[in-house]
Amino acid sequence: MAKFRSSSSNRAVPKLEPRIAILTGLMLAVFAFVAVRLYYLQVLHHQEMTELADRNRIRIRRVPAPRGLVFDRNHRPLVDTRPSFDAMIVPEDSDNLSATIEKLERYIGADHVADKISDADEEGRPPYEPVKAAERLNWQQVVALEAHQLELPGVSLEISPGRHYLYGQMAAHLLGYVGEVTKNDLIEKADYHMGDEIGKFGLERGFEGFLRGGAGGQEIEVDAVGRRLRVLKEIPDTPGESVVMTIDLNLQQAAEQAMAGKNGAFVAIDPNNGDVLAMVSHPAFDPDIFGGGVKASAWRELTTDPNHPLQNRAIQGIYPPGSTFKIVDAVAGLEEGTLNPASAYNCPGGMWFGGREYHCWRHQGHGTIELHDAIVRSCDVYFYNVGQKLGIDRIAKWANALGLGVKSGIPLDRESAGTIPSSAWKQKRFHERWYPAETLSVAIGQGYVATTPLQMAQVAAQIASGGVRYRPQFVKSIEGLDGSIAKSYAPIVENRIAIDPDALEVIKDAMADVVNGAGGTAHKAHLDDVTVCGKTGTAQVVGGDAPVGESEADDKTPDQFKDHAWFIAFAPKEHPKIAAACIIEHGGHGGSASAPVIHDVFQRYFQLNPPPPRPEIARVLEDSPPDER
Amino acid sequence: MASGGRRFVLHFDWTLFVLVLTLAGIGLISVISASYAGAHRRWDPLVIRQLIWIAAGTVAMLVAVFIDYRAFQSWAYPIYAVAIGLLIAVMVAGHATGGSRRWINLGFFHLEPSELAKLAVVIVMVRYLREEPPKGGWGLRQMIIPFVLLGIPAALVLKQPDLGTGLILVLITATLIFVSGLNSRTMLMLGIAAMLAAPLSWHYLKPYQRQRLVSFINPQADPLGSGYHIIQSEIAIGAGGPFGKGFLNGTQARLNFLPEQSTDFIFAVFAEEFGLAGTIVLLALYASVIARGAWIARHARDRFGALLAVGLTAIVFWQVAINIGMATGMLPVVGITLPLVSYGGSSLIAMMAAMGILISINNRRYLF
Repeated sequence: MAKFRSSSSNRAVPKLEPRIAILTGLMLAVFAFVAVRLYYLQVLHHQEMTELADRNRIRIRRVPAPRGLVFDRNHRPLVDTRPSFDAMIVPEDSDNLSATIEKLERYIGADHVADKISDADEEGRPPYEPVKAAERLNWQQVVALEAHQLELPGVSLEISPGRHYLYGQMAAHLLGYVGEVTKNDLIEKADYHMGDEIGKFGLERGFEGFLRGGAGGQEIEVDAVGRRLRVLKEIPDTPGESVVMTIDLNLQQAAEQAMAGKNGAFVAIDPNNGDVLAMVSHPAFDPDIFGGGVKASAWRELTTDPNHPLQNRAIQGIYPPGSTFKIVDAVAGLEEGTLNPASAYNCPGGMWFGGREYHCWRHQGHGTIELHDAIVRSCDVYFYNVGQKLGIDRIAKWANALGLGVKSGIPLDRESAGTIPSSAWKQKRFHERWYPAETLSVAIGQGYVATTPLQMAQVAAQIASGGVRYRPQFVKSIEGLDGSIAKSYAPIVENRIAIDPDALEVIKDAMADVVNGAGGTAHKAHLDDVTVCGKTGTAQVVGGDAPVGESEADDKTPDQFKDHAWFIAFAPKEHPKIAAACIIEHGGHGGSASAPVIHDVFQRYFQLNPPPPRPEIARVLEDSPPDER
Repeated sequence: MASGGRRFVLHFDWTLFVLVLTLAGIGLISVISASYAGAHRRWDPLVIRQLIWIAAGTVAMLVAVFIDYRAFQSWAYPIYAVAIGLLIAVMVAGHATGGSRRWINLGFFHLEPSELAKLAVVIVMVRYLREEPPKGGWGLRQMIIPFVLLGIPAALVLKQPDLGTGLILVLITATLIFVSGLNSRTMLMLGIAAMLAAPLSWHYLKPYQRQRLVSFINPQADPLGSGYHIIQSEIAIGAGGPFGKGFLNGTQARLNFLPEQSTDFIFAVFAEEFGLAGTIVLLALYASVIARGAWIARHARDRFGALLAVGLTAIVFWQVAINIGMATGMLPVVGITLPLVSYGGSSLIAMMAAMGILISINNRRYLF
């Protein structure tokens, strides 16, 4: 054998040899090249290709976590999460899709199912990925779906946690609502996915991070056509944390009831720490309708309603404060020394200034009057004089110190700062100097002055607390699943002004007599066993004919020209526990329209939290501050 | 004959025989992977059939070993005629799948005449080229007959359409003409002619074939359409990594992301499960077959045997190069099986018979 191999002379094909050798060399060179390519793919690009292979076969199915609950300050649930039934359809599983859709629409009254499928397909729905055909099915729809299951190939029920507001419209603006994430949300927030629920408004939006929890999920292996084969991995969801509010359910209900049928806002806060005890904005909306996608018609109705039900009037509504602003004048004058309790001015029913007469609301006038009575009877002329002596910039300084013209800092979106004019402000805004006559309007809370109901409640609270203004907060604490406190919110002092105790006492006495004294404008807020202090106000409505200040307009004035009725108050007079502001749009007199609301809420408050013994005895027993947060 | 039998066993080319069976074994394993659909499923009938084809192929290979290859000189034209006849029969009575008509249903067997045509073209070319060329090599005039002999089956195959087999027929013919000795001037002219013809041939391509060329140049142009095959194949191969995911652990094949996974893209199935280690071994096995084939050619006792060995080896080489080149994204997608590994009776039996002939050429060195 060896001799054959070694002897080339035995070969028949010497002429072919070189070319066979060339050919073999070329062939092996090609193989070497292939080997390099394999090294490139299998070693250098191994990681990348593995990821691509996994992306091919693994689909993540997200299971949203149940959202955290919302409780009132006494741990009564306000918002919870309940199973919500959605009808899902896998178009690929239906032989006759249009017939299935037609039946589905007939049985459960779903609409635009075909559009939903084509929309999903346009957005790149992979095959066998279900499409949500109808959301939030009611019991009848669920039963209908179950009964006709066999006629509806590819249709299934999916249970997901759905948001439920236990008291309907109650505190709707404060609680807010949830909805499906928008494309913008998805761009801004990396950890949200299509179809996720997100807080859109109010507490739901502001405390989204706590309430949301962590979505769980399944890693599902699918084949090339998208059929689900098995679950590779399950990640349990983490339910959201619960929010304990400072709101008192009973008080909130009392306020809602007192405000029923009226447009306006009501805010009650604890002057000792800034806790929001109740917040009402009417008209309201039903937050339940937003869950899982609001119907277009309902959304249009809400957004085009001339009464703006989606606006939280308590923080977004800006109104001239009217005579309630006289409290600000009084504080400013007393602190600046331009005013003392014995300062007396004559009110003949009006005042000439700059060639024009400025009326008092009481045409016959108040006669010569001192500070106490001027507040009690809300004399406009008296405060024209106070304002005149102060000048606009000192008024602005003290208004700002009392929280007007600045945002309160309540953790809600779109809060308005309102407007407190000053000479600098006017120069900046209108490039014009301030005219002294404009100060007269400002002094009685008209003109450029604009405040929110929350700011006015803060004014009452700051008077009540003797000068300390807390940031309003409506959340007390965040609770984990086991009920442990994950985070609690301590009171935050926004501003502290040292009001002279004597001056404060003068103002408080006067405010007490507004409610309780002879000639007071708010007797309707009187409570038998608690001294309520308050101040009425009437905000002129543009177009209305009523005189500025406290109006004498009667019930014959058409509603849309009636003034907005203000009332701010706190109680008890000694060691106040609650401060509030109420505005009734086109309510007319503050004393007749708004004072009863505060009366009802305060009455309820002191039923729930019996007042301390009357001041004479209390003074003796007093030992600890009343803050019981 | 007794001593002949002993000599036969003694001189039998065990190297090539073992290489062929090893490759067929790798093929069986890959077909199992390609058809595997989870532990709860029974083996796919594909696997059983492949096992039968390997057995039948082994028989065909041994039969071929016993045939004196010189007999093919006189059988060349009849074999060629039969192949042409079968290709015509496919046109008339063939089964169409996926837009092309490639096989005849014999009841127990789907005969793919194009697999036979490759062998027939090699034999008939070698029959013609066995003559010594004139001094300086073959001229253009002597090439007319080979072109006709190539042209008829190539046209029939392209008509099916089966671009892959047509390409193989051209390449093995070119290889044989080159080795048999072509006039260098003719070689240059043919080369220029081929380059000029390339753009023209675009005109004759079917839309899907053009699409494949476009996707080859840019697979991402249509990742879910025609580029899909290349992308998924590269993913499978790359995901295999250095040592592979392990037998039956490849997801690209099991979940059907790979197209044509038991035939044209079986390399990707194997590569995903056995990694670079496996693919290098596979490549080395093919390189050994080719080296062995070249060795047999150089040591053949006559020009016919040498050229026949070159032709048969060329079939293996071109199919391996094009198939793996396609699976790794270096070449456009053409339907060419991976010799001895891809699923399919016709290709497996024809290829094993071809290897039998190669062994026969080696054995006869000692017999005459």
